[in-house]
Amino acid sequence: MRHPDFLWRNPSPKSAYDVVIVGGGGHGLATAYYLARNHGITNVAILEKGWLAGGNMARNTTIIRSNYLWDESAAIYEHSLKLWEGLSAELDYDLMFSQRGVLNLAHNLPDVREGRRRASANQQNGIDAEWLDADEVKKFCPILNTSPHVRYPVLGATLQRRAGIAKHDHVAWGYARAADALGVDLIQGCEVTGFEIDGGRVTAVRTSQGRIAAGTVALAAAGHTSVLADKAGIRLPLQSHPLQALVSELLDPVLDCVVMSGAVHVYVSQAHKGELVMGAGIDAYNSYGQRGSFNVIERQMGAALELFPIFSRVRVVRTWAGIVDVAPDASPIIGPTPVEGLYINAGWGTGGFKATPGSGWVYADTIANQRAHPLAEPFSLDRFTTGALIDEHGAAAVAH
Amino acid sequence: MTQRLPIGGRVDRTRTLRFTFDGVAMTGYQGDTLASALLANEVRIVGRSVDLGRPRGVFGIGSEEPNALVRVGDDPMLTATTVELYDGLAASGLAGKGRLDPGFADDARYDKAYLHCDVLVVGGGPAGLAAALAASESGARVILLDEQPELGGSLLGARERLDGRPAMDWVAAAEARLSGVQVFTRTTAVGYYDHNYVVAVERRTDHLADRPAHISRQRLWHFRAGRVILATGAHERSIAFPGNDRPGVMLASAARAYVNRYAVRPGTRAVVFTCADSAFAAGDDLRAAGVEIATIVDARRGETVTRTVAGPDGALAGVEIGGRIVECDLLAVCGGWNPTVHLFSQSQGRLRYDQNIHAFVPHLSAQAEQSVGACRGTYGTAACIEEGYAAGGSAGNFRIPVSDARHEQPPAALWTSGAQEEAFVDLQRDVTVADVARSIGAGMRSVEHVKRYTTAGTGADQGKTSGPGTVGVMSALLGADPGAVGTTTYRPPYVPISIALLAGRERGILSDPIRVTSMHASHVARGAVFEDVGQWKRPWYFPLDGESMDDAVLRECAAARTAVAAMDASTLGKIDIRGADVGVFLDRIYTNMYSTLAVGACRYGVMCTADGMVFDDGVTTRLAEERYLMTTTTGNAAAVLDWLEEWHQTEWPELDVSFVSVTDHWATVAVVGPRSRELVTSLGVPGDMPFMTYREVGLGGVAARVYRISFSGELAWELNVPWAYGRTLWETVLERGAVPYGTETMHVLRAEKGFPIVGQETDGTVTPQDLGMSWAVSKRKPDYVGKRSHARPDAMRADRKRLIGLFSAERLAEGAQLVTAAGMVGHVTSSYHSAALDRPFALALSRDAHGPMEAVWDTRRVPVEIVSSVFYDPENLVRDGSPSTWPVSHEGDWLLDRPVSALDAYRDRFAVAGADAVVRAREIPLAIMRETHGADPGEDAMRLGPEWWIGPAGDVDVSGQRTIVELTGPRARDVLITGCALDLDPRVFGVGAYVQTMLGRAQVILRRVDDDAYHVYVRSSFAGYLAEWLLDALAEWSHT
Repeated sequence: MRHPDFLWRNPSPKSAYDVVIVGGGGHGLATAYYLARNHGITNVAILEKGWLAGGNMARNTTIIRSNYLWDESAAIYEHSLKLWEGLSAELDYDLMFSQRGVLNLAHNLPDVREGRRRASANQQNGIDAEWLDADEVKKFCPILNTSPHVRYPVLGATLQRRAGIAKHDHVAWGYARAADALGVDLIQGCEVTGFEIDGGRVTAVRTSQGRIAAGTVALAAAGHTSVLADKAGIRLPLQSHPLQALVSELLDPVLDCVVMSGAVHVYVSQAHKGELVMGAGIDAYNSYGQRGSFNVIERQMGAALELFPIFSRVRVVRTWAGIVDVAPDASPIIGPTPVEGLYINAGWGTGGFKATPGSGWVYADTIANQRAHPLAEPFSLDRFTTGALIDEHGAAAVAH
Repeated sequence: MTQRLPIGGRVDRTRTLRFTFDGVAMTGYQGDTLASALLANEVRIVGRSVDLGRPRGVFGIGSEEPNALVRVGDDPMLTATTVELYDGLAASGLAGKGRLDPGFADDARYDKAYLHCDVLVVGGGPAGLAAALAASESGARVILLDEQPELGGSLLGARERLDGRPAMDWVAAAEARLSGVQVFTRTTAVGYYDHNYVVAVERRTDHLADRPAHISRQRLWHFRAGRVILATGAHERSIAFPGNDRPGVMLASAARAYVNRYAVRPGTRAVVFTCADSAFAAGDDLRAAGVEIATIVDARRGETVTRTVAGPDGALAGVEIGGRIVECDLLAVCGGWNPTVHLFSQSQGRLRYDQNIHAFVPHLSAQAEQSVGACRGTYGTAACIEEGYAAGGSAGNFRIPVSDARHEQPPAALWTSGAQEEAFVDLQRDVTVADVARSIGAGMRSVEHVKRYTTAGTGADQGKTSGPGTVGVMSALLGADPGAVGTTTYRPPYVPISIALLAGRERGILSDPIRVTSMHASHVARGAVFEDVGQWKRPWYFPLDGESMDDAVLRECAAARTAVAAMDASTLGKIDIRGADVGVFLDRIYTNMYSTLAVGACRYGVMCTADGMVFDDGVTTRLAEERYLMTTTTGNAAAVLDWLEEWHQTEWPELDVSFVSVTDHWATVAVVGPRSRELVTSLGVPGDMPFMTYREVGLGGVAARVYRISFSGELAWELNVPWAYGRTLWETVLERGAVPYGTETMHVLRAEKGFPIVGQETDGTVTPQDLGMSWAVSKRKPDYVGKRSHARPDAMRADRKRLIGLFSAERLAEGAQLVTAAGMVGHVTSSYHSAALDRPFALALSRDAHGPMEAVWDTRRVPVEIVSSVFYDPENLVRDGSPSTWPVSHEGDWLLDRPVSALDAYRDRFAVAGADAVVRAREIPLAIMRETHGADPGEDAMRLGPEWWIGPAGDVDVSGQRTIVELTGPRARDVLITGCALDLDPRVFGVGAYVQTMLGRAQVILRRVDDDAYHVYVRSSFAGYLAEWLLDALAEWSHT
């Protein structure tokens, strides 16, 4: 597709903003856009250490779905999915949002129970979900090997038909263009090096381009959030792990849905251009290295080949990793922090891309009204004190 | 073959090869690539471009090729320049995309191998060859890789002379002097990771017409090097001008190599367009080969080609120079050279932009790495050789040859000429200068953004010819230095590699180890249906002929409730825990109390994670004052052992406690049912053992452990014998009347008793209290893992979900949500039909709810009634059986005299595979092995870790835990390196050496017992997997 002739200005930072968003990824851009559009707050800067949407936004495998187990997660992801459904039109940008259906495969009896449970819960929460047996899975995705003779046979799957994929760069640029047009300053190559905190309230950020005063500071830095928060004296229950992804050479259409398998740690879709996009479970070790862990990729390809024997001679052309921030319950953290005026939106783990619109929406609302949006309330930091965790390890479909 | 020169080149004219392209029969010679053969056959248009459908031909000569995409046999997309011609090859041109056949099943082998060396040299051109030679003379272990079938690099395609003789003579002489260097040709380094870890693909049989099925087609090498010398050469780059993509436009160096190396004229009348000196040599060589040189356009003299003109087929017919059209069918273009810095950059080395040669060159190394020759921007063969010798480490021993090549002046920077439209910076992705200009206009300043906006550099060629050009065009448009623009990140793999290669042997039954118990062969023979539980295959149920699963399970349940039944319980994790502080340790790990347990008594316990949620459960027995045996769930055995070690090592290192896994050592048969006492006493078990006690008993002459514990509520016994006797014990128990049952029946029986299953009734959000197990949570202990969390507000909520029982008119689906007028309140965790109750029943987790409740799933809504979660024998009346029928023991009337090894079934297959002598596998008969934590127990024990030993003497008998395979023969090491990542070089891994490592996907102890003999100690449950893996690895050597 042809991208717009104009996307954004490249302004120099002003000395002060009402809101400074740290991190110019999908969530930061969406937050800025909804601050401006929904709340009329336009004196906003996004400070991005590298290039816009160059972190996990550029590295994820673009899967969008809302079939999470718990009510709290289902609510925020479904809010996000509903926004996705109107987003190309709203942003006037073809996001290549394709509701082609996502299969979450079950390979053992616990998987089957979990899948049925999740599908049933989704239906009760008004989210489309179906349970397919192995024959129905084969019908929906004929190239999938559903033979009982593979190492871990496919016993069934959940299917969310409204789920699918979008083109990540388009999403970021769509939000960026719209935010820029509403007056938000997108500042690239601007690393936040510290916070000025006065009487328990944040007043400014120190950056590689100088001091910038801020009424409110909103973190949206995914895998690097815990490092940033540490500069403000906040220790977060987050661990950063690499998450592997790769693409193949271009192929004629061969796979028209998204297939995920938590049990064998692989997920795959075919992008519009024709490349297969695949991801793995997170690396076991903590790291900030945005590079492929070769052993993880090797393992993942063995699993992929069991599911899709016809991919045998497809060639991988590029591998990389993103850094995902994972909370103990594999759910996000959204809301205020112990430092007044400093907000956090992190811990999305492997689920960040799909949440982009919803996360930006509730985060902007939280910042604008200085209290947690109702959908964000369950995802507060204090849940780690009260114990009201939202454990999505199972339903995340990716091994955490 | 009209463009083939009568003499010269490195093709073998005595060996004509037939092939087809797009269905047309053609011939070439041994030594051709598909690209050179196509050019010889005057095929100018190989395919179409991906987006614009423009005709495209051969543009380059190697892996940098962006254009000539072909399907070859079953390979959906390759570049014609990297396909060696073989007799019978069938190729077709592509339009930028591959196509997959839905029914395709790949029967080729792929494997992996691991080697270590002091010096790894990547690239066998003049610089790399010199480096390898010099390094080898210093005595280092050297490995040299090259992508081509023969060494020589750029000299393969040149007419240059060194010391007055053809340059390839120098190559041959250098190659002959390499001593102790392992040379891998047809091997491309694709990834460079931390700690000098370099991954490479070796194409072993792709060039052969007849490919031996027992040899892997491609091998993925994993090299670990003390230092790495990169000698990866340079890629010539193009210039972006309108129509620079037409078939007939070719890199000047490629055109030169086609005439010199393959004796093929890529055209008849050529224009050379250059901003660097190297193209003049190309012009010379083309002219010498009989190609008419219409003109040489040197941008440094102010002239440029501003567009091309197409013939009727879209291929090149002429070029515009200064407004004048010059007819030609070949345009040899040279926009300068880009050092091949991909691997350097992958190694995290930093680049700088060299204003002299207008290219990015290595700047700061991040690892023990050195770039030499053209890949660091050095021009000239002699200079490259000099750098190679110096990097190799013994430069003083070698003389630098004298080259006849003319000295090259620095190139000019020329990124574009003519208009922006149709001036391609990326041929494979159809990206033009105009596209780059639009991206800049849109506000993009980062090269990464421009890449994404335009797709430049995202093709299968990874932009080898286009990446720096895009940077150059950006710098021109932005008025910035290319160094300030920078490059995109170089990502592995350097060349595309197939998914099958990455998978290697990990396909089918080798895709993940299959773990089986000592009784597995019996289960298979009995027609059991298996369930995957982690890596284990467990019998799910044992159908009789024609019996449905439901009927089988009802029958098995009835046997357990009314007579006697038996289950293979060997997969449960078993951990032998010793030390003065075991009691204290277990009190902290479990929620309930263990320090007070009497010797010989068993207790059920629950352990929680730090957030207070149930993590695992099982029965732990006090074997002696300072010794306990913990059992875990099947799926969590390894996780629990890790958990114990983690708490001990990180939090409580002061406690005297150590852990030994004995899961595979002990084979376990659960004998269950009101008539079980008769059966077990007939074997020698004391029938008066009280519930929850343990005895060491002689069973059939073998020292056994018997536990009177029950997971079904019935009178039950768990008989444990060493692995080798498990199968015979199982068969004996069944012969004496027990009905075999599987995991499904076990789940039904325990559900009838309301016993939860970790992972079924729990999901990481359930406390012991939620399960109604407050009785298992000690109020007296000062602390245990999870205690603080149990006091958190959320854990104290009154409306938490709790375990309940359900009745319904029909069987519910597990996972169904429970719904009342208030909405979702819980879900069904277990649901069965009960033989004992003769009705469906279920367990569920639910909040307290009022009013009617339904279970809902799919389109079903089924009313349910909440009942007690204990459905069967709530008063535990049947647990001890009938007192009146306690017979005495019959010890001595039978013998466990048939030990069966874990590899019993593989003896014959090993013999067949080893009939040839180069490498053989066989099982070593049972050996006494004991594991010790503490001081060296002596007797040649192997040290597995700090104060951790295994040997014939010591504390814990683990003889059945591992099975030993012996691998012998001169090729034994060649087999082992295909699955073991450690350095097995005889100079490093001497006779007597041993190590804990992985072989394939199995954890092993590997011991070198003689020059060509190794012992592999593998967990007995993994032995079958390892045997299958070895047989696959032996195949290569079983056919020689």
